[in-house]
Amino acid sequence: MQITEANIVTILVFMVSCVLTNNFIFSKFLGCCPFLGVSGKVETAFGMGMAVTFVMALASLFTYAINTWILVPLNLVYLQTIAFILVIAALVQCVEMFLKKASPSLYGALGIYLPLITTNCAVLGVCILNVTDGHDLIFSVLNGVFGALGFLVAIVLMAGVRERIESSVDVPKSLRGFPLSLIIAGLMSVAFMGFSGLFNNV
Amino acid sequence: MKKSKFSVFFNGILPENPTFRLVLGACPTMAVTTSAINGIGMGLAATFVLLGSNIVISLLRNFIPDKIRIPAFIVVICTFVTIVQMLLQAFVPALYQSLGIFIPLIVVNCIILARAEAYASKNPVLLSALDGLGMGLGFTVAITLMGAIRELIGAGTLFGADVLGAGYEPMLLAILPAGGFIVYGLMLWVVNMITSKKKTEKKEEK
Repeated sequence: MQITEANIVTILVFMVSCVLTNNFIFSKFLGCCPFLGVSGKVETAFGMGMAVTFVMALASLFTYAINTWILVPLNLVYLQTIAFILVIAALVQCVEMFLKKASPSLYGALGIYLPLITTNCAVLGVCILNVTDGHDLIFSVLNGVFGALGFLVAIVLMAGVRERIESSVDVPKSLRGFPLSLIIAGLMSVAFMGFSGLFNNV
Repeated sequence: MKKSKFSVFFNGILPENPTFRLVLGACPTMAVTTSAINGIGMGLAATFVLLGSNIVISLLRNFIPDKIRIPAFIVVICTFVTIVQMLLQAFVPALYQSLGIFIPLIVVNCIILARAEAYASKNPVLLSALDGLGMGLGFTVAITLMGAIRELIGAGTLFGADVLGAGYEPMLLAILPAGGFIVYGLMLWVVNMITSKKKTEKKEEK
């Protein structure tokens, strides 16, 4: 793809819309499990978001390559799901080993959530969406990176809200935990809907 | 013995309902429940995968080495998901279109891996099959209910049929993503209230 002014504008719009208007959590419901499960503290939420970003960027690169250069030429597209999930599982394993060696403190902080990235549906979701939406290599990787950054923004905001609420507000017992988080997420989603008018003029 | 088999089956429908009690598989629960039909379709697809993967994993439980069990489980689950995907595409293309990306994503639905890990890898075939069926139906009932509520509020229809009449002004929010979060949150709240009431009643009886 040649880099021209028009292309740069498209790419910029694409990047911002991945984070704000097409946010994985608030508009596509991908990655809700860690979003609800790991959003208790801002610090862990941030670590989780970073790890997911890393895995999603690599996963969209590798799955694009595998799909375009192996599965499609060999007529094996029906093996897509199984091939993608194996790539993701292997990647997560690599990230885990790398972090263990390179940054033991981050490894310790992420703990159990690291292997769980394999079953984060945002990761598999972005790989499949790249194929169904027909993105090329650059857009696939951008979709992975900025989609994951959208996830990061969402989970950190959510953790911030929850920290405040759980320390200061007296919530009815049956509303604590999941029900409250879901309702907060709903309100945040309404707020994010406000961004959808952002690109009407472009 | 007969009673215990029934209780294994029933466990997933009420006492440990995956959607309302265990809060597993939240993504498809909120994403596809814009209508009751979608809910049923997604629920039945997941039930089929759960039943199949539980049976196969239970049969293989003595052969799969402990260290690589998770990848092995995922491959088994993935096989069934691919089967479902092909069947839906061939026989109900409309449903296949509306469920979209969430059919391949059944692979990473935590309910299925959780049942494989917690139940099927430790129990005989028949019990695992019943567990899978029960959990799957529990999931189906829950997301159909949620789909029905959202469809009723957001479009004024139920299974596509006009229920509330022409005078009803649909509240679009319920069908939008935000509505998914809020309806699910409120439903969990109600379920929590009911179960905590039951618990205190039981304590008082004792």
